[in-house]
Amino acid sequence: MSKHEHIFLFGCLLFAFSASVSAQDNSDCLACHEDKTLTKTINGKAVSVFVDQEKLASSVHAENKCIDCHVDLKGSDFPHKENVDKAKCTNCHQAEYKDYAESLHGKAVARGDKLAPVCQTCHGSHAILPVKDPKSAVTTLQIPYVCGSCHHEGTPVQVQRHIPQANILENYTESIHGEALLKKGLVVAPTCVSCHSAHKILPHTDSHSTIARNNIAGTCTKCHAAIETVHRKIIRGALWEKAPHMLPVCVDCHQPHKIRNVYYEQGMADQDCLRCHGKKELKAANGKSMFVNYGELGGSKHSKVACSQCHTQVNPSYLRPCEGITSKVDCTICHAEVGDEYKTSIHGQLSAKNDSNAPTCTECHGTHHVLGNKDPKSATFAINVPYLCGKCHHEGKQAAVRYTGTEHNIIEKYTESIHGKGLMKSGMTVTATCADCHTAHHELPHSDPASSVNRKNVSGTCGQCHFGIQEQFDKSVHSPLVTKTDKQLPACNDCHTAHSISRTDQDQFKLTIMSQCGRCHAEIAKTYFDTYHGKVSQLGYTKTAKCYDCHGAHDILPVTDPNSHLSHQNIVKTCQKCHAGASRQFAGYFTHATHHDPNKYPWLYWSFLGMTALLIGTFVLAGVHTLLWLPRSLQYRKELQKKLSGESENKKSENKEANDRE
Amino acid sequence: MTESEKQINNEPASVPVSLMSMNRQKLQFQRFTRLNRVLHILMIVSFISLALTGLTIKFSYTGWASILSHLLGGFESAGYIHRFFAVVMMSVFITHIVDITKMKKREYKTWRALIFSPGSMMFNKKDLKDFIETLKWFIGKGERPQYGRWTYWEKFDYFAVFWGIFVIGSTGVTLWFPELLTHIFPGWVINVATIIHSDEALLATGFIFTIHFFNTHLRPEKFPMDIVIFSGRTSLEEYKIDRPAEYKELLEQHKLEEFLVEPYPPIVVRAIKVFGWAALTTGFCIVVWIIYAMIFAYR
Repeated sequence: MSKHEHIFLFGCLLFAFSASVSAQDNSDCLACHEDKTLTKTINGKAVSVFVDQEKLASSVHAENKCIDCHVDLKGSDFPHKENVDKAKCTNCHQAEYKDYAESLHGKAVARGDKLAPVCQTCHGSHAILPVKDPKSAVTTLQIPYVCGSCHHEGTPVQVQRHIPQANILENYTESIHGEALLKKGLVVAPTCVSCHSAHKILPHTDSHSTIARNNIAGTCTKCHAAIETVHRKIIRGALWEKAPHMLPVCVDCHQPHKIRNVYYEQGMADQDCLRCHGKKELKAANGKSMFVNYGELGGSKHSKVACSQCHTQVNPSYLRPCEGITSKVDCTICHAEVGDEYKTSIHGQLSAKNDSNAPTCTECHGTHHVLGNKDPKSATFAINVPYLCGKCHHEGKQAAVRYTGTEHNIIEKYTESIHGKGLMKSGMTVTATCADCHTAHHELPHSDPASSVNRKNVSGTCGQCHFGIQEQFDKSVHSPLVTKTDKQLPACNDCHTAHSISRTDQDQFKLTIMSQCGRCHAEIAKTYFDTYHGKVSQLGYTKTAKCYDCHGAHDILPVTDPNSHLSHQNIVKTCQKCHAGASRQFAGYFTHATHHDPNKYPWLYWSFLGMTALLIGTFVLAGVHTLLWLPRSLQYRKELQKKLSGESENKKSENKEANDRE
Repeated sequence: MTESEKQINNEPASVPVSLMSMNRQKLQFQRFTRLNRVLHILMIVSFISLALTGLTIKFSYTGWASILSHLLGGFESAGYIHRFFAVVMMSVFITHIVDITKMKKREYKTWRALIFSPGSMMFNKKDLKDFIETLKWFIGKGERPQYGRWTYWEKFDYFAVFWGIFVIGSTGVTLWFPELLTHIFPGWVINVATIIHSDEALLATGFIFTIHFFNTHLRPEKFPMDIVIFSGRTSLEEYKIDRPAEYKELLEQHKLEEFLVEPYPPIVVRAIKVFGWAALTTGFCIVVWIIYAMIFAYR
C-alpha cells in the first residue's frame, strides 16, 4: 500500500466516525473523492478516483446518487471495499443494455475480451452529457471518433480481432456520408451508429444485424426513404424490401464505408468471378461452356454493370460465391417496365408456361454481349430486326409452324415491301421494322384487343410514323370513331396489307385496291366495272380513275359532307383532276351506272333494252334467213358444180374441135 | 333436170359476135369499181381494228381482252388505234358519199333518178318480189329468183352500214369528246352513249362476222370465200348464173362488153386470198370471243 492509500484509509475511517452510518449521500462519497490527488492502484498503476463534482452536477446524472450507479457500494461501510465494481447502467438503461448484451461488443465482454468496450468506453463516466449536447462524447460529430478509437487502422482491435473491413475510419471520412458530417457539419449525415445501430452491433453474417444482407435495404432506406422512386430508374426498388434476394443490395454497389458512387473493387468484384469464368476451358456439368468473354462484356451496354448486379444470388460469404445461384438471370430486376410488357406479351405468356419455343430476353438480346439497338452490330439494330424475328417466324421455323392465321412468308413479303426495301435496301433505319408495328416487347396476336396490330389499334400504330394520315383516317367514314356499326370497318392493313405493303404508286397496288374496296362495297364495285373507268382498270391499266381517285384515300367522307371530294362543292374539281375541261354537267356522268336498274337509271335501262331488242331482232331474222338458206344453198352448189363442170367440158370439147379444125 | 338446173342451163338467146371473137375464157366480168374495192378493203381493215380495240373494253372482264389490250400496246394505244380507224371509216363513208354524188352528176342528174335507177342500192319492188320468191325457194316452193345487180340482202347490208355509221359514229364522237359534249347534254348522256355505242358495235360485228360472212362467203355455192369484192371481177359463167337478171339486161342493152376485163394474175389472186383469209379468220375469232364473253363469262 502506498503512502497515499494509507492517508485515504485513514481519512475514510475518520469520516465514518464523524458521520451517520445510515445516511449514504453523495457528499459522503465526495468527502473523499473530492480530492484530486486521490488514487487507487490497478495492476500496479495508480489511477485517479477523483470525481469532478462540477461535471457530475452538469451531467445527465446530476440528480442521481453515486450509489444509484455504484450499486455494490450501497449500504457498505466506510471505508468501502477496495475493488469496487464498475458503475451499473443497467438499472436504468435496461433496453440499451439488453441490446448491448446481445451485441458483438456485449458478447465479447462476456467472453472476457479485454478489448471489448463497455458503456463507459463510449459514453464516459461521471460527465455523461445528453446525446444532443455537442459536448457529449457520443454526439453525432463525435461518433466516428468514438468508434474509430478502436476501429481505426492499427488499433489492437483491428489487428488482433477479425474485422472484415479495413481503413474504416479513413474510408468513412472520405465517403459521402463522412464528408457531409465531418466537413460540412451536416449532423443528419449518418454515422457509424446510423447503420450499425448504437448498442446492438452485430456482424453482417448475423441475420438480425442491421447490416445483414436482408436488412441492409431497410437500414439504408431509414434515411434514403424515397430511394425507390429516385434511384436509377431501372432498379425496381420495391423489391429491395420485398424480395431482397432478387436484387443486389445497396452495399453490392455502394461499398460500405466508402459510399460515394458505385464501387466494385472488393467483395463481389468482377475479378472474383473472372478468376474462374475467365478461363475458356471452364465448363458446366452438362458440358456448356461457362466462359465469359470479359472483353465482349466490356464493349456491351452492360460494361458498367458488375456480374453480381445481374447474377444477384452470388454471395461473398461463400467460398465459391456463385454457389448460391439457383435461378437464371432476371433482367427485369433492372428493366422492370420492359419486363412487365414482356410478361403480358405472347412471348412472355408462353414463356410463363415453360414453352420451349418462347423467346426470353437473351434470345433476342444475347447474354454478356448485349448491345444497344443503335449499335449496327446488335441483333436488335433496325436492319437486323427482320432477321432476328425471322429466326423463329420464317416460314417453317418454330413460330411459323405453330401459326394458324393467314399471314405466310412474312419475312419474304416484308423484305419485298416498301418498308423492307426502305430498311434493307436503302438502309433507312427509321423505316418500320417488325418491332415498330408489333412492338419490341409487347407482341400480341392481332385478335388481342391490347395488341398494337389489333384492328382498332392499327391506325394508331401506323400513325406513329404516318403522321397526318391517321388524323385524316380518324375523321373518315371508315373510322370507328365516326361510323358506329357492327360490321367490320377497314383498318390500314385491309387496303395496304400487313407485310407486303407496296408503294401506292405501283400498278400492283392500284389494281388490287378496287377489289379491296369491293370486298365490302361489292355492289358499287360491280357497277364501277361496268363503266369505262372500271373496264380499263380491269384490263390492267392504272391511269383511269380508281376508287380513291374520286373518293379519296384516307379522307373518305360521305358525299353529303361539304368536305367530301364528291360533295356538290368539290365534285367538279375532283373530275378536273383528270378531265381538265370537266363542267358541272360532265360531273353528272354516272361512274357507277348500271343498266339493270330501271328506277335509278331509267335512261340507261331503256337504252339497253332497246339496243338488246334491236340486236336480238336483227339476229333472229337474219339467222332464220340464213338457216333456211343453208340447205337450199347446199343443193344449189351441187347443181352449179355440175353445170359449171359440164360447161367447161363443153368448152374443152369446143376448143378441141376448134384445134382440130385448125 | 330440175327447174333450177334448167334455169342455169338457160343460155342467153344470143351471145354478141364480138364476145365470141374474144377469148371468152380469159375475160371476166367486172362488178366493182377500183374505188369501191379500195373502200371496202379500208372498211375491212378499219372495221376489224375498231372491233378489236373496242371489244377489249366491252369485254374487259375476259382474260382475252387483257391480253389483246396489252398486245395492242395498252388501253391508251388501243384508244389511239380506235380513234384513228374511226376517222378512216368516216373517211371511207364520206368518200363513198362523194363518189355517189359524182356518179349522180355524171349519170343521173338528179338524186331521184339515181335512187330509182335499176342499178340503185335503194330497195324497190323487185327486191320485195325477190325476197318473197327467195323464201319460197327456201321452202322448196319455187325456183331461185332471178337476182339482179344487187340482191335485197346486199342492200340490207349496205344500209346497215349507213345506220351503223350514224349510230356508232355519233355516240363515238360523244365518247371521244365528253367534256365538250356535256356542255350541251347532261352527264348521263355519256352513259347512254356508251351503251348504244357498245351494243350497236356488238350488233355490227356480230352481224358482219356471221350473217354477212355467210351470205357472201360461207354459203355453200361460194364456200370458202368470194373474192369478187377485192378483185372486182368474176368469171362470166359464174356471173351469168349468179345475177341472171342483170346479165340478161346487159346483154339486151349490149353493154356487157363494157364490163369485161382481163383477170388478175395468179399472184394478185393469191394475195387477195391471203388477205381474205386473214379478215375471215380474225372475224371468226372475234365471233368466238364474243360468244365466249357473252355466254361463258358474262357479268
